[in-house]
Amino acid sequence: MADTPHPARRRPLSPFLTVFRWPITMATSIAHRATGVGLAGGAAVVVWWLFAVSHGPETYHEFYLAAASPVGQFFLYGFAWALAYHFFNGIRHLAWDFGFGFARKDADITGMIVIALSLLTVAGIYALIHFGIAGYFGVRQGIEG
Amino acid sequence: MSMETPLRKVRGMGSAHTGASHFIYQRVTAAALVPLTLWFAVSVIGLVGVGEVDAMMFLSLPMHAILMGLFVLTLLYHLALGLQEVIIDYVPHQIFKFLLIFAVYGFAVIAAFFCLFALASIAIA
Repeated sequence: MADTPHPARRRPLSPFLTVFRWPITMATSIAHRATGVGLAGGAAVVVWWLFAVSHGPETYHEFYLAAASPVGQFFLYGFAWALAYHFFNGIRHLAWDFGFGFARKDADITGMIVIALSLLTVAGIYALIHFGIAGYFGVRQGIEG
Repeated sequence: MSMETPLRKVRGMGSAHTGASHFIYQRVTAAALVPLTLWFAVSVIGLVGVGEVDAMMFLSLPMHAILMGLFVLTLLYHLALGLQEVIIDYVPHQIFKFLLIFAVYGFAVIAAFFCLFALASIAIA
């Protein structure tokens, strides 16, 4: 303790994230919080989108250009994944609240299912957009680019 | 009979007696958001890349406007409850913690205002 200036102040720390290996239940729990916090930004984008639709063609066009830009696409796909993940994992949490799926093996399996479903959802959304199926509520003469 | 020491009472940092309602509202809004999010996803994927007129047409239908309003308001409430929980867990400083929670609820109220304003504008346009 000779190298520490205030040995009396070196309090023991409770173990935090960095000292554990990452079991799937821990990773999914942290990701649930992280996606929840991130989705607050997604909520702001939804409100921005609604406001842009209501506020006239110029505002909508600004939103459209931002959304179609590479940075916008990165964020929108990010939000899509975060929403899908938080959605599926939220159902997992609701099941836990009713007492289902608490066994370690069950929690591991449902965790992997949630991760797989969230990635499949984003892939599905990408496919719907890529193959021109998305936008089915439009007459498909909207502004491009 | 209170189990708190006099010092604890004077500092006013005991239980706020509102934890259970926070927990319950978090779950109730989560359950409500399951069908609402499915509806939102189907709607928003159907509006990818469409023009402003198409988006307005979609949101001018009362059913769509009401569901969108319900989705966003429930989402904002769920979001504020969740961020409050995260802030309480990670921000030890009392005043900073209070200001952050205040900012979260302020954001939710302002976002709700803009959402309802937009939906009302579209409805009467």
